[in-house]
Amino acid sequence: MRNRGNIFQNIDRVTILLYFLLVFVGWINIYAAVYNDEHQSILDMSQNYGKQLIWISTSIILILVIFLIEAKFFSTFSYVIYFLMVLVLIAVLLVGKEIAGSKSWFQIGSFSIQPAEFAKFATALALAKYLSQIDVDITRLKTKLFAGFIIFAPAALILLQHDTGSAMVFVAFALVLFREGLSGSLLVLGFVLAVLFILALLINKFILIGILAVFTVLVYVLNKRLRKKYMIITGLFLMAAVYILSVDFAFENILEPHQKNRINVLLGKKKDPHGVGYNVHQSVIAIGSGGFSGKGFLKGTQTKYDFVPEQSTDFIFCTIGEEWGFVGTFVLILLFVALLIRLVILAERQRSRFSRIYGYGVASVIFFHFAVNIGMTIGLFPVIGIPLPFISYGGSSLWAFTVLLFIFVKLDSVRMDLL
Amino acid sequence: MRRNLSGRKYIIIAIFIVVAVIFVARLLYLQVIDDSYLLSAENNVLRKNTIYPNRGLIYDKNGKLLVYDEAAYDLMVIPRKVKTIDTVEFCSLLGITDSVFISKMTKAKKYSRYKSSLFLAQISKEDFGFLAEKLYKYPGFFVRSRSLRKYPKPIAAHILGYIAEVNNNEINTNPYYSSGDYIGKSGIEKFYEKELRGKKGVQVVMVDVHNRQQGSYKNGKYDSIAEAGKNLYLTIDADLQEYAEKLMVNKIGSIVVIDPKTGGILTFVTSPTYDPNLLVGRVRSKNFQMLMKDSLKPLLNRAIMGTYPPGSTFKVVNALVGLQEGVLHEGTSYSCNGPQTTPIRCTHHHITPLQLKMGIEQSCNPYFWNVFRSIINNPKYNSVEKAFGSWRKDVTSMGFGKKFNTDIPFEKPGSIPTLDLYNKIYGKGHWNALTIRSLAIGQGEILVTPLQMANFSAVIANKGFYYPPHLVTAIGSKENKIPRFHEKQMTEIEEKYFDVVQEAMLNVFEGEHGTARWSKLEGVKIGGKTGTVQNPHGKDHSMFIAFAPVGDPKIAMSVIIENSGYGSTWAAPIASLLIEKYLNDTIVRKHIEKRMLDGNLISRE
Ligand SMILES: [Zn+2]
Repeated sequence: MRNRGNIFQNIDRVTILLYFLLVFVGWINIYAAVYNDEHQSILDMSQNYGKQLIWISTSIILILVIFLIEAKFFSTFSYVIYFLMVLVLIAVLLVGKEIAGSKSWFQIGSFSIQPAEFAKFATALALAKYLSQIDVDITRLKTKLFAGFIIFAPAALILLQHDTGSAMVFVAFALVLFREGLSGSLLVLGFVLAVLFILALLINKFILIGILAVFTVLVYVLNKRLRKKYMIITGLFLMAAVYILSVDFAFENILEPHQKNRINVLLGKKKDPHGVGYNVHQSVIAIGSGGFSGKGFLKGTQTKYDFVPEQSTDFIFCTIGEEWGFVGTFVLILLFVALLIRLVILAERQRSRFSRIYGYGVASVIFFHFAVNIGMTIGLFPVIGIPLPFISYGGSSLWAFTVLLFIFVKLDSVRMDLL
Repeated sequence: MRRNLSGRKYIIIAIFIVVAVIFVARLLYLQVIDDSYLLSAENNVLRKNTIYPNRGLIYDKNGKLLVYDEAAYDLMVIPRKVKTIDTVEFCSLLGITDSVFISKMTKAKKYSRYKSSLFLAQISKEDFGFLAEKLYKYPGFFVRSRSLRKYPKPIAAHILGYIAEVNNNEINTNPYYSSGDYIGKSGIEKFYEKELRGKKGVQVVMVDVHNRQQGSYKNGKYDSIAEAGKNLYLTIDADLQEYAEKLMVNKIGSIVVIDPKTGGILTFVTSPTYDPNLLVGRVRSKNFQMLMKDSLKPLLNRAIMGTYPPGSTFKVVNALVGLQEGVLHEGTSYSCNGPQTTPIRCTHHHITPLQLKMGIEQSCNPYFWNVFRSIINNPKYNSVEKAFGSWRKDVTSMGFGKKFNTDIPFEKPGSIPTLDLYNKIYGKGHWNALTIRSLAIGQGEILVTPLQMANFSAVIANKGFYYPPHLVTAIGSKENKIPRFHEKQMTEIEEKYFDVVQEAMLNVFEGEHGTARWSKLEGVKIGGKTGTVQNPHGKDHSMFIAFAPVGDPKIAMSVIIENSGYGSTWAAPIASLLIEKYLNDTIVRKHIEKRMLDGNLISRE
């Protein structure tokens, strides 16, 4: 019970440093993205960069509040927090405000809050709480189902708000489950399913099934050991075939037209330089035009006109790429990887399972946002509107990531006190 | 015990690193290796120029042009580039006030400082001439060419509908549209929006820092050509439409004329109407407000949105159902005690007892009460409910109680009461023919639209079938017909039962006591039926259905004149004139024409 007196004792300085570096990079690039002659002061509160400063300051208050709270609070009340969050997600469906097609915002005065952002840390807490119970064994089906339920309940509610991007983030928790003992083959299976999914959309479904059939026969003929397991091989083949057909069906009948469009454009099935693909193309031009060392701070041109959409939010990476060049993007990616690896190291040094699992939850969510957001702006992923953590403009997102991260920093700082 | 899983952290870290390496590799390629994205040293930027295609033209059935596009100009502004200007001169040039200037600038700034916003929409060719010469004085302002809809003849406003700028909701739900685009808001402009609008093109050009065009980007690799909208060919006969609108001046109501052989709508009038040119360009919203406020509701499309109890014209429906159900024959005779008859009294004087033809001709209420009672008490069905169900099925098969869902937006289905409705009102088993007797004479819970009545007229003319009434026959070229409109719809009534009905309707014109005998047209056999629609708010509406020539029908219609009393005074002569116009092209009966043209049935309070 040492160091009770100072709440800042034992906090991980590396994480704090990385956090403030990222937030700062975000702020100056938001300034660059919306910079104009008439509002040159970076403190101008009528502009996004001025507002972001408010979000940053309030985030610091949030950090202080988190440090003041007893660490036990988060594990004790994790279910309560989760449950309240689910209620809020239901409430937003009923009384929320629709912005850009998704009904996922609460309007309070002139501020809009997006509860979906906060559902991530609540889910991470609840998942950590559940999996850290002594009698819980991830290899059992019941556990998998319950953990899956904790993850997918908020995701489903967010999906109902037509916020597909935020809902997809919950897939990230698969990494947590993996770390806690979920069979690696399940992850591989997930990966194979994803690859088959893309192939099913790219190639004619019957040709694809044909290729799989030939492959199956080859395995059967060539591999004597596997031949004995012909039941399993045939079963797998049939399942794959059904899956391919259902992907095709789902794509044609369930996805909304704009979602279909995005996927088609990304897969190159549809040439559409002025619709969805055009945005991505413009984003790629902006980043590409940055060259090795960039055009210089505030000198970007592509991101300042109506080429890159959402330039201070989802496409902030374009501004960085254009003005700071490869040097800038490389450093940014380095910062993110450093943070992610640091989080894994911190998670592994926890004595309590709860803290460790929560730490992996934090890392997974940040990783997913990082991968999807940058992947989208450089044309490797479909356009899914989720922010780049700590960088993108937006109060909800900055607050939510701050809370997500600093609960873990708090848990880490008291790791010696427990047990 | 538990497996040791801490080794998995390496796999997770490896996943992070692999993704980061892929990103770095991609960025290395984009930013360093591939130099095609490097724009030239002068800091060129790309600009998207939208190319607006011409909206499709609209022709009538005989190839007469009804709608075309005329060049117009939108004044655009990029707020960031606007320097201090002489606002007084600028405002007088545009004919706007100072406060309008300020509010428009504020709106544009609020949208974006860098992107162009619409400043003043749809400046006509003439006004643009003055502006073009002086525009160089006002940096930040430029024009983009657009087009305005023009209507050579001020007719058919409700059919054609109108276009207007897209609203935010439309932009959000359909990615094709961006701020300032036009979209069809009603009529066929709305229904055929996709076909008419064509496809916008985009030209990506490089501009230097002074916004001077430097040429196309990557040899136009990312350009797309604008595709002109498709032309539409209507079923409307513009001459007949124009004539019908003239006849309806100073009258409230509607006329729908159908070619029974195709279902194509020849004329579609709702009155009062308005000049479609009123809803074009900058005057649109002002005029729209004015039309909205008009107490006679000129924007209301009465032909599809007005629902009326059909009155006596519905007796023909009941006659056909009675014949089909086998409870009525040409010779079936009932007696009528005139005003003393129960439960429904008669409003005409005629011989008694009378047979079916005379019943229709004289529109005898007691006769049709008896017909209706025999339908509902039909022993074939051993229950009132079943018999009623069969009646309803027969009636709806003739196009009542449902939308046709062809190409007329905002169509109302009208209403034919259901079993459930009566069970709810009276309780199951507590109603019978007497309870719902008003259906016998087209009153009560029945509501029909003028379009449905015209279609019914076509059903009689065709002896038992119809084609769904529609406005557009072909898209793109005259040969490219829309197949869905040419599916023959059979009714439940067999062909043989129509003979007696047609003869009775012919007698309405030709018989010595026929209610429309004054509107008889020499040399053309017209079948018709008058009806009076009870109006609790004032003078009754008159309704009339007609088709001609009997035997080889070329035209079928419904005419409804509100507050005009008996059908024979206004509705029948108007129908007869339209038939004369369509079949003979010239009007011989000038005295009737004059009386109709001069008639003023509108009393404005
Ligand atoms: Zn009578």
